[in-house]
Amino acid sequence: MKKLVVLPILFALMISFQISANGAQESEAKNEMEIFSWWTAGGEAEGLNAIIDIYQAQNPDVDLINATVAGGAGTNAKAVLATRMQGGDPPDSFQVHAGHELIDTWVVSDFMEPISYILKDNGWMDKFPKDVILEAPRTMEEFFNVAEVFASNGVTPLSLGDTGIWASTHLLENVILASTGPEKYNGLWDGSTSWDSPEVREALNNFAKMMKYVNADHSAISNMDAAQYVAEGKAAMNVMGDWAAGYFMSKGYDQKVVWDWVPSPGTEGNFIMLSDSFGLPKDIKNVENAEKWLTVLASKEGQDAFNPVKGSIPARIDGDRSLYNEYQNEAMDDFNTNVIVPSLAHGAAASEAWLTRINDIVTILVTKLDVDKAVEDLTSAAEKYAQK
Amino acid sequence: MIFTKKDRKKALLMVTPSILVVVVFIYGFIAWSFRVSLSAWDGIKSDFTLVWLDNYIELFKNTRFQIDLLNTFFFTIFFIVSCVFFGFFLAYLINKNIKGEGFFRTVYMFPLALSFVVTGVLWRWMLNPTVGINSLFQMMGFENVSFGWYTNTDSMGGFNFALLSIILAATWQYMGYTMAMFLAGLRGIPVQLIESAQIEGAGEFTIIKAIIIPSIKPIILSAMIVLGHISLKIFDLVYAMTGSGPAFVTDFPGLFMFETTFRGNHYAEGAAISIIMLIMVAFVIVPYLYSTFKKED
Repeated sequence: MKKLVVLPILFALMISFQISANGAQESEAKNEMEIFSWWTAGGEAEGLNAIIDIYQAQNPDVDLINATVAGGAGTNAKAVLATRMQGGDPPDSFQVHAGHELIDTWVVSDFMEPISYILKDNGWMDKFPKDVILEAPRTMEEFFNVAEVFASNGVTPLSLGDTGIWASTHLLENVILASTGPEKYNGLWDGSTSWDSPEVREALNNFAKMMKYVNADHSAISNMDAAQYVAEGKAAMNVMGDWAAGYFMSKGYDQKVVWDWVPSPGTEGNFIMLSDSFGLPKDIKNVENAEKWLTVLASKEGQDAFNPVKGSIPARIDGDRSLYNEYQNEAMDDFNTNVIVPSLAHGAAASEAWLTRINDIVTILVTKLDVDKAVEDLTSAAEKYAQK
Repeated sequence: MIFTKKDRKKALLMVTPSILVVVVFIYGFIAWSFRVSLSAWDGIKSDFTLVWLDNYIELFKNTRFQIDLLNTFFFTIFFIVSCVFFGFFLAYLINKNIKGEGFFRTVYMFPLALSFVVTGVLWRWMLNPTVGINSLFQMMGFENVSFGWYTNTDSMGGFNFALLSIILAATWQYMGYTMAMFLAGLRGIPVQLIESAQIEGAGEFTIIKAIIIPSIKPIILSAMIVLGHISLKIFDLVYAMTGSGPAFVTDFPGLFMFETTFRGNHYAEGAAISIIMLIMVAFVIVPYLYSTFKKED
């Protein structure tokens, strides 16, 4: 199982994208602050509320507007956001996946302010982790042996729910990482690793082989339904982010009893990272309030209020471990010691433009299992979008 | 009635605001979309460099778009045919002065009151391969009966069988509409006509073929136009019910346009898709409008 970190690791990233700060607009008479996200349900909404409580305690006179648009992975919220940003009505801060989704979509196009000063002013520059390099991954062989045993005993070896195709892309990025290792995996996104390399081919062949072991109704169910298959014993394994752990927790399934976790086959020692984050758009009305919001998010208190409830882990390395469960503690250890690589399916590795193309290719691959065609299409997509 | 010059002026003044709104918000934005579709706008920041038809050429080379066009073609034909057929069938039965006519009319009309999103969610679960209608078959003892429904990836001559599920849901919703239209048409046929045909010894089938169908032909045509433009623009039903489906078996240009524009930020390409959709609908609507205007003149 893969883990994720939530929140503002992007602050460090944004230093390299210094944009001259415009004269901040004077806020209007109203003392408001609007945040925009797709956290509308379950642990996510609870986590958001926990962090809003802290903000309101620190800034009781601010009228906080919590604008949410429902839809997994922010698919619907992003359309609303794009319209607002282009129309010159940016929310004071909004949720976005850190990495290329933030950089390519919003920073390069000059919609965002740099915010590293918030970390500097609070003396928090050393509170976020640096990449640590460790060991190389193992092969997929064991996975297929185990899968064969499950299949011959009438249990679906691997559950998948890809009504939202990102779930398949999520599985694929883990399989690719298993074959390429972190360095070549990272090379896929800057053009230094070819998508027609033997490693990627091997990974795509593994992926095609895996599709024989997934539930037949995968295209009719969601990723949460797929997690439920594992909890009910209908399926044995599931490759998912740590929101699946949050889902199991919210359903009251005991860790190490009903379910257990390991890194996705062949990816031990690597940590595929995605991070939800909030930024500071240009030309907003309530700059000061938004800055306070970002400060709460980056604070230890804010991180420890949000993440335990959402089921994710803090972006800071000094989170209070007693607040987090066993799974999260292990994920925090991995986050500190593993090689961290960006997630493709969740916008950290590639631009949204590139990702939508890859999702289209995966949609075909999952059904047709034509590896040659997929390699050809992935290569031409990379030629168009990889930043050399 | 004779219009004076003053009346005309007044009339013109009254319709000016709505004309302005229509011109700006409909035709203005169509023109704008068309302009965007010829540009190089790829990303959040607009870029109006002219690339002419490049976006369209790319689009027609795109596998997904080719599938979409085929899906639209088949869906439109099957949707119209099944709505017209079942709508006529129901209207014909109800017109037989059966008991509880009002009740049945309401039952068949009712789905029309739902939004496509509700219909989509409903049928998504009914046709779910594990928990839907399939489990009903299994409960009845047909253990081997299991349909893939909208997850079926088989196709024949470009027709994806998964589309049948969507056609089923869409027909369920819209056959009440065609029924209502046909019912009105049937009521307009003079009883004497049918009675004299019966006296002449015409059978039921002959009456349908020689009297009823010719007299409701204009209704069939307008039903086809209305259903046709719904099916060419279909989005909400598919979005709520199946999404693009495995290997795009249930993908349509509307979905592709939404994802291209608002997820991939390929604004120019998204505009090109919507212009192509507009042209498809125009092929259906314009000849119809032309013929109606001609009749009025």
